[in-house]
This record gives sequence, structure tokens and C-alpha cells, in this order.
Amino acid sequence: MGYVLSSEGFSKALHELGGSYRLYAPVRKEGEGRFTDVDVVRYDFVHEAGEIELSTKSDYAFKEILTPLSETLFFFTEQSVKDADKDTSPVIIFVRSCDLHAVKRLDQIYLANGKAEDWFYRRIRDSVRFALIGCSESCENGFCVSMKTNRADEGYMFSVDEDGGKFYVDVKDDEAAKIFAAHAESSQPVTARYVTENDTDVNVPENVPNSIYKSDIWDEYTQRCINCGRCNFVCPTCTCYTMQDVYYTDNGRVGERRRVGASCMVDGYTNVAGGGQYRKTNGERMRFKVLHKVWDFRRRFGYDMCVGCGRCDDVCPEYISFANCVNKLDAAIKEAGNDE
Amino acid sequence: MMSNPYVPFPSEIMKVIPHTKKEYTFRMKFTGDVKPGQFFEVSIPKFGEAPISVSGIGSDFVELTIRRVGRVTDEVFEHYEGQSLLLRGPYGNGFDVSLYEDGEVLVVAGGTGVSPVRGVISALAAMPDAKDKHVIVGFRSPGDMLFHDDLRDWAEKLDLILTVDGAPEGYTGNIGLVTKFIPGVKLRYVEHAQAVVVGPPAMMRFSIMELLKRGFRERNIWVSQERKMCCGLGKCGHCRIGKNYVCLDGPVFNYTESKDMID
Ligand SMILES: Cc1cc2nc3c(=O)[nH]c(=O)nc-3n(C[C@H](O)[C@H](O)[C@H](O)COP(=O)(O)OP(=O)(O)OC[C@H]3O[C@@H](n4cnc5c(N)ncnc54)[C@H](O)[C@@H]3O)c2cc1C
Ligand code: SF4
Ligand code: SF4
Ligand code: FES
Repeated sequence: MGYVLSSEGFSKALHELGGSYRLYAPVRKEGEGRFTDVDVVRYDFVHEAGEIELSTKSDYAFKEILTPLSETLFFFTEQSVKDADKDTSPVIIFVRSCDLHAVKRLDQIYLANGKAEDWFYRRIRDSVRFALIGCSESCENGFCVSMKTNRADEGYMFSVDEDGGKFYVDVKDDEAAKIFAAHAESSQPVTARYVTENDTDVNVPENVPNSIYKSDIWDEYTQRCINCGRCNFVCPTCTCYTMQDVYYTDNGRVGERRRVGASCMVDGYTNVAGGGQYRKTNGERMRFKVLHKVWDFRRRFGYDMCVGCGRCDDVCPEYISFANCVNKLDAAIKEAGNDE
Repeated sequence: MMSNPYVPFPSEIMKVIPHTKKEYTFRMKFTGDVKPGQFFEVSIPKFGEAPISVSGIGSDFVELTIRRVGRVTDEVFEHYEGQSLLLRGPYGNGFDVSLYEDGEVLVVAGGTGVSPVRGVISALAAMPDAKDKHVIVGFRSPGDMLFHDDLRDWAEKLDLILTVDGAPEGYTGNIGLVTKFIPGVKLRYVEHAQAVVVGPPAMMRFSIMELLKRGFRERNIWVSQERKMCCGLGKCGHCRIGKNYVCLDGPVFNYTESKDMID
């Protein structure tokens, strides 16, 4: 079901939805970006349609609500262990196509890798639904077309596109349809907008031979990368975490266990007791990360992990491009193939 | 809602068996399915969690042999018989001991690597053809030896080669790395023999080279891997090597698989 709404109608519809759902959406924060006077677009709870940034890709992914950067799992008192409370009231997250595809990757790891589901993820995941923000033009650095994540046909409650002051929504949910219908100017078929080309094209290798692990293509990253881990923290598909126990009092009687986001680029990720460490150089870590995104994940689950959002390229302080790296990888594999 | 796999259960410490100053075996009350080579997360509130291999299995207990090296393991050593520890698990695939029932087997284990295969070696010692089961166990020095009672028992029942990397003058046992003893093991049908290798990464690498040199088939070699682990459940990502998660698909791997696993 598709509807066309005026700006006012759309606001009213969202306001009404806001009665049953929390709304979590990209918001432009003025002057809070990486450089002074630069805005940042990051996720926050909103109450009004006007607060939502619909035209620009968010700098940070939506995943904070599902997999917080730091999440308390248990509180420990002298006698008891208590699950940390969490607001699990229903929420609608506004995402673009690439990020909606990323949800499948998060679910894959937290709900379907191994026999056990992640209880803490499940508890919030069940109350989350999605609204799809259409893309009228490609973002900078994105390569969703190469990753086949430029289009989402399902997995959302409703989509939203703004064009010439009007709002176009494609609604897949009966309850939401009633609300949008009540505030619509007209009803007509709507397809969420999507891009069909990006400035960046990435050639994802079909097959990655083991010999590439030892290739010298990774060496430049040993020089250039400063293992800050930002590429992991902005990535909508990164799921790794580290457990951390802390106590608050000097006598050590009360404390908590939390998990905090982890980066495979940062020192300590593989450290084991006795001083062992498995990937010492940043080049090896880059190799580990890149091959996970476009090869190892696929070997395990049948599809690629990377959704081509381009955020890792946006954020890297050393101007390292993941997209370039995958293209170099593909070229190196083809070249090696030709030599044989 | 399903139960929360991150919630540990209390388990009573039935017995504490010291081996060296830094290595004790904790016999923990446990009934349930468990295999040698699997591991538990020992979970101490406010200190953290540490993956520890099952070193022994009884009808109502499992044994955990723990080396004290840091925050969690230090705290474990502050616990005594009659008290309890929190555990979660068992995790991982473990060894399939039935593979080693008929025919020749060679186990090569070094240091704390003996823990995960202790259950396998004890099973080998109890088999009717125990004389065809060969075990090379190496420790850094005579003072670092673990499982003294087992070593005595194994020496009686199967072909045990016990060695140390180095020893004070006057030591009469074998001296040398485990790899030195692989060529001398008496095997009749090496192409059918099974091998199990567990220990520090370098020791495993060189031992496998020796086994292949002797004619062991790649598919008959089994290894157990150790990596950093935070969850044991396939979520935290730390233990991943390529497409494999050591906590889910391992820690025991066939060599045909593990040879292509590059960290
Ligand atoms: C599958 C698996 C099975 C295992 N089985 C066993 C087992 O059966 N028995 C066993 O004892 N351990 C076993 N381990 C290792 C054990 O999990 C670690 O020793 C333990 O997690 C350490 O935790 P901790 O908090 O005590 O140490 P931490 O406080 O985490 O200390 C570890 C850190 O401190 C440093 N550190 C600690 N000790 C030293 C040292 N001696 N030299 C240099 N740096 C050091 C290192 O940087 C290391 O990262 C196993 C690990 C895995 C993955
Ligand atoms: S953001 Fe750039 S410098 Fe930082 S870890 Fe990632 S690749 Fe390296
Ligand atoms: S690897 Fe980079 S481009 Fe791919 S999903 Fe992660 S942040 Fe986006
Ligand atoms: S230990 Fe967490 S994924 Fe294996």
C-alpha cells in the first residue's frame, strides 16, 4: 500500500506511531562532527518527523541500540547476580537499504552462529522494527550496488521518501497503513527510491586462494594504518565484543559484568595469557578484517558481510580505503591466476 | 524466553590437587554430557571469565587443571574445597575417542597442552590394545610436570615417552623436545595410524612436520587450538580464524582443516 502525504500529514502520522513506538532515527547534530563546524549525523530518539535527517547518510550506524558500545549484562552484589534492566519497549529504527541489509548480518552472528542465541540481543531484537529511508542519490564512498544491497524489498514496516515537499510511503504493515491512510492526501503505488550506480565500484573476488594471505598487498597497511579501530566502530556489520568485569568499591563486593565493542584492528584483540598475540602487524589485521567482510563470512554463511555503506572509508583518519583494498585484492588474485 | 547462556551455574569444588606451585587441578561437581577436549568458562563475578579445558571426567565431576597467570586464574586459586565456582559450558566439539579405538595412535602433548588430551590418553590406556598406543609428553623441566599419578599409570599400560626440555644435572629421564622422539616411535602401519597433537603453537607446528615426515596421513592428524575467547558461543568474534570459530568448530580440528586456517 502506498500513500502520499503532505509534510504536515507525515508529521501527524509519525506522531501517532510515536504513541506505540519509540522512534530511533538519524539526527543532524550541528557542529559536533570530527572537525569544528562540521555536523555529524548520528542516531537518537526523536519525537517529531522534522528531527529526522532524511537526506544524508548517518556517520554512525544504527546498531548502538541493538549492540551498544558498552552494555551491562549483570550486576553483582554480595549475594546475588541480577540481569541488567533494559528498555525493551517497541521501537522503530529508520535505516537506509544498506543498513537494513546489515541487520541480517547482525542477526546471523547473534542469533544463528552456533547453537545458542545471544539472550541479550534477542531481548531487544524482538521489540525492534524498521522504517526504510529511500536513497535518491548515492552517498559519498558507498558501493551498495557492488554489494547488491542498494535495494530492500522487505524487512521494513514502511518506507519514506521526501520529494518536492511531499512524503511518499510504501507501507507493509496493517496497523501503520491505517495511520498513514488517515493522514494521506492520496493513495498510489509507491516504491522506495534506490540507487542503481555509485561513484565507487568494487570487484568482490569470487574465490580467494590461501596464497593471498601471504601476499605483499597487505604490507602498505602496516605502514599507513594506526590501528585506531574506527573502521570497525562505524561498521554496521561488525559484531565483536570483549567481556569486562569491574567492581565499584574498594572492598570489591559490588560490581558488574559488561561487554564493550571490540575491534580486530586494535591491540589486544588476540592477546592470550603468556604474552601470545596472533596478528601483530596492522597489515595482518587489515587482511583479517577485509577478508572477513568479503570472503570468510561468505564461506560460512553463503553471502558477504560487507554491505558497502562506505562508512569505514568516510571515517579513516589515514585515508585508507576499504573499497580500494578489495579492488587491489581482486586484481592481485586475477594476476596470480594469470601467472599459473 | 529461552534460558540465558551467559548465566553461569554454581559448581562445588570437590577436591583440589596441586601439581606445581602454579598449576592445580580443581575437581568440580558436574553431571551431564562432556567430552575430553571440550572446555568450560570459569566465571568469577567482578573478575571475569576464563576458558579452561576439561582435563578429567568422572560420573559426577569434571576436572579443570588451571595455571595461575592473571586476574581470573589468580582468583580461582583463592577458592578451596567445599566452596564453589561459577561455570558455564561445556563448549566446543572435543575429541572423538572412538576414532582411536582400533589400531595405532600417537599422542604428542606439551606442557598445559596435556590437560585437554588427558582424558584421551586415559581412555587409550584402558583399551585392550594399549600397547599400540604411543604417547609423547613433554614438560619444560622436571618441576613443571603435571599429573604424576597418571604418568605412572600410563607408563605401565601404554608406550609412554616422558621428556623435559631441560633438567638439572643428575636427571636420569629423557631430555629433549617432544619432536626429537617422534622418529623413534615404533609403528607398523603409519599410513593408518592416528595422531593427536596439542601444545604451544610452535611445538604443534614442528611436531606435525615430523609426523608428516614419518608418513602420517594428513587426515589422520588431530590438533586442538587455543585462542583468545570471551564468549564460547560464537558471538564475541575473538577466536575466529578464517571461516572457523575455535569455540564452535573446534577447539579440535582435523589437520586437513587446520592447515588452511591462517590467523
Ligand atoms: C580453549 C581453551 C582452553 C584452555 N584451557 C586451559 C586449561 O586447561 N588450563 C589453563 O590454565 N588455561 C587454559 N586456557 C588458557 C586460559 O584461558 C587463560 O590462561 C586465562 O584466560 C587467563 O585468564 P586470567 O584472567 O587469569 O589472565 P589475565 O589477567 O587475562 O592475564 C592474561 C593477560 O595477562 C598477560 N599475562 C598473564 N600471564 C602472563 C605471563 N605468564 N607472561 C606474560 N604475560 C602474561 C597477558 O598479556 C595476557 O593477555 C585455555 C584457553 C582456551 C582458549
Ligand atoms: S580507521 Fe583507518 S587507521 Fe583506523 S584502524 Fe581502520 S584502517 Fe586503520
Ligand atoms: S566494511 Fe565498510 S563499507 Fe562494508 S559494511 Fe562495514 S563500514 Fe560499510
Ligand atoms: S569465543 Fe566468542 S566467538 Fe568464539
